[in-house]
Amino acid sequence: MSVDQNTVKRVARLARLKVKDEDVPRLAGELNAILGFIEQLNEVDVANVEPLTSVVTMKMKMRQDEVTDGHYPQKIVANAPAQEDDFFMVPKVVE
Amino acid sequence: MTSLTALTIAAARDGLRKKQFSALELTDAYLAAMEKARVLNAYIVETPEQARAMAKASDAKLAAGQRGALEGIPLGIKDLFATQGVHTQACSHVLHDFKPQYESTVTTNLWRDGAVMLGKLNMDEFAMGSSNETSYYGNVINPWKRKDSNAALVPGGSSGGSAAAVAAHICAAATATDTGGSIRQPAAFTGTVGIKPTYGRCSRWGIVAFASSLDQAGPIARDVRDAAIMLKSMASVDPKDTTSVDMPVPDYEAAIGRPIKGLRVGIPKEYRVDGMPAEIDALWQKGAEWLKAQGAEIVEISLPHTKYALPAYYIVAPAEASSNLARYDGVRYGLRVPGDDIVDMYENSRAAGFGREVQRRILIGTYVLSAGYYDAYYVRAQKVRTLIKQDFDRAWDKVDVVLTPATPSPAFAPGEITDPVQMYLNDIFTVTVNMAGLPGISVPAGLSADGLPLGLQLIGKPFGEETLFQAAAAIEQAAGGYTAPQWW
Repeated sequence: MSVDQNTVKRVARLARLKVKDEDVPRLAGELNAILGFIEQLNEVDVANVEPLTSVVTMKMKMRQDEVTDGHYPQKIVANAPAQEDDFFMVPKVVE
Repeated sequence: MTSLTALTIAAARDGLRKKQFSALELTDAYLAAMEKARVLNAYIVETPEQARAMAKASDAKLAAGQRGALEGIPLGIKDLFATQGVHTQACSHVLHDFKPQYESTVTTNLWRDGAVMLGKLNMDEFAMGSSNETSYYGNVINPWKRKDSNAALVPGGSSGGSAAAVAAHICAAATATDTGGSIRQPAAFTGTVGIKPTYGRCSRWGIVAFASSLDQAGPIARDVRDAAIMLKSMASVDPKDTTSVDMPVPDYEAAIGRPIKGLRVGIPKEYRVDGMPAEIDALWQKGAEWLKAQGAEIVEISLPHTKYALPAYYIVAPAEASSNLARYDGVRYGLRVPGDDIVDMYENSRAAGFGREVQRRILIGTYVLSAGYYDAYYVRAQKVRTLIKQDFDRAWDKVDVVLTPATPSPAFAPGEITDPVQMYLNDIFTVTVNMAGLPGISVPAGLSADGLPLGLQLIGKPFGEETLFQAAAAIEQAAGGYTAPQWW
């Protein structure tokens, strides 16, 4: 599988990364080099192998479904680039 | 008396107990050494006021006879750990101005035990790199130089600031994290000891996430004993991280000096890779001989899927990273670059905030997770991971610990490796350990022909950290320690 320049633009859009047109050929080359390196996994017979989901065998922990934390909106928004009345401010999204 | 900064944690602990010096004197000695060593660029933020306040509190506790396990010991903290009210930005521009309102569990444990914070340490951006060249705050300089050369070398990465600071004696020890080798590779490049514990041994809460199924915290320290002291304090079960394991934390220090007679040490033939420098191979054999001379049994083993660990890693890690890093959108924290609409703002903020290597990995991760490719890439890589883990499971029938080189070369110069895939090959010996979730320790074992430190790696069974400290101490005893000559 090889990545062309349109694919780079599409993936960058999915990743919400603005990519300059002049950088697209370089990125396509780099991604193809990495994907080429990854291709060797196709040699491995993975039939009847389960994907690894946990590296240590342990039972999933459960907790009580109850509120144990919260009530400090000022702390939540303290690092926001723009905030007002304990809300995050963003550009207008609804006309 | 020798300089206070020359003392290991164990020695400083004794000195403090015997009241040979105060915690404040010890901290002040480090603060002065840090100022002199700024050329190394190991610290990106120094916190002298906080350090002195914490040292004074330690002196009060010492006077009252309430001594924590790390009482008054000055530490450096990798920038990946959230420290309340103090710069925590994973050395990325995208976290511009971020000061967390909370403290990571690992650092909370250290402060509970009386440790003192000297500052935040440089690292590769979001822990993505093997040379500390991707940091927004510039390269870290390795305290070690080649014999008869003045040229700067990289300290390895991603915990390059941690390793350089420990090697330069500008902290007693440092916290670090390891996703594919980020503790063990820089430890090997700087003549220090680094251990990545079993996945789940340390809480990941409050550590900026890179690849959640691989990330683990661990210490970098000057010797094996100090690494054991640090890990004992760092490790804990934590309700805030469901992957942290509810098992008692052993007294790791007690494992040091335990005889290794009868210990079965595996030598995996697959680690003898093409093009491996003769001096690395020789070091590896010497390590096996040292262990054998102390009564260990050397066993040839096979880990047949070793060569697939790195390519599988470069699917799993970027996939998880692209997901974890989706949160940096310029809304809740960090850098915001305005745009025509909200999506444009996201795209501008992320393009300006993430460096080249991080963007590359986000793109790879997004690609392998995109519609139609998930099974071909991510699921296949996770299946290969199962095979890697099974290789080790079979090996544990025959051996107690596995011995390998830590890195395929000694430290190199900044700019020497520009091809991303070549850079990734630095982690060829360490990455299998993360893929299988096992513990691994890097211990200095010799010098290259150029006079640079080289490390050996010991890999253990799940939660076999005590065996690692025991065997690493045996190597250390035979190899001796290595201290970088001070030129700064």
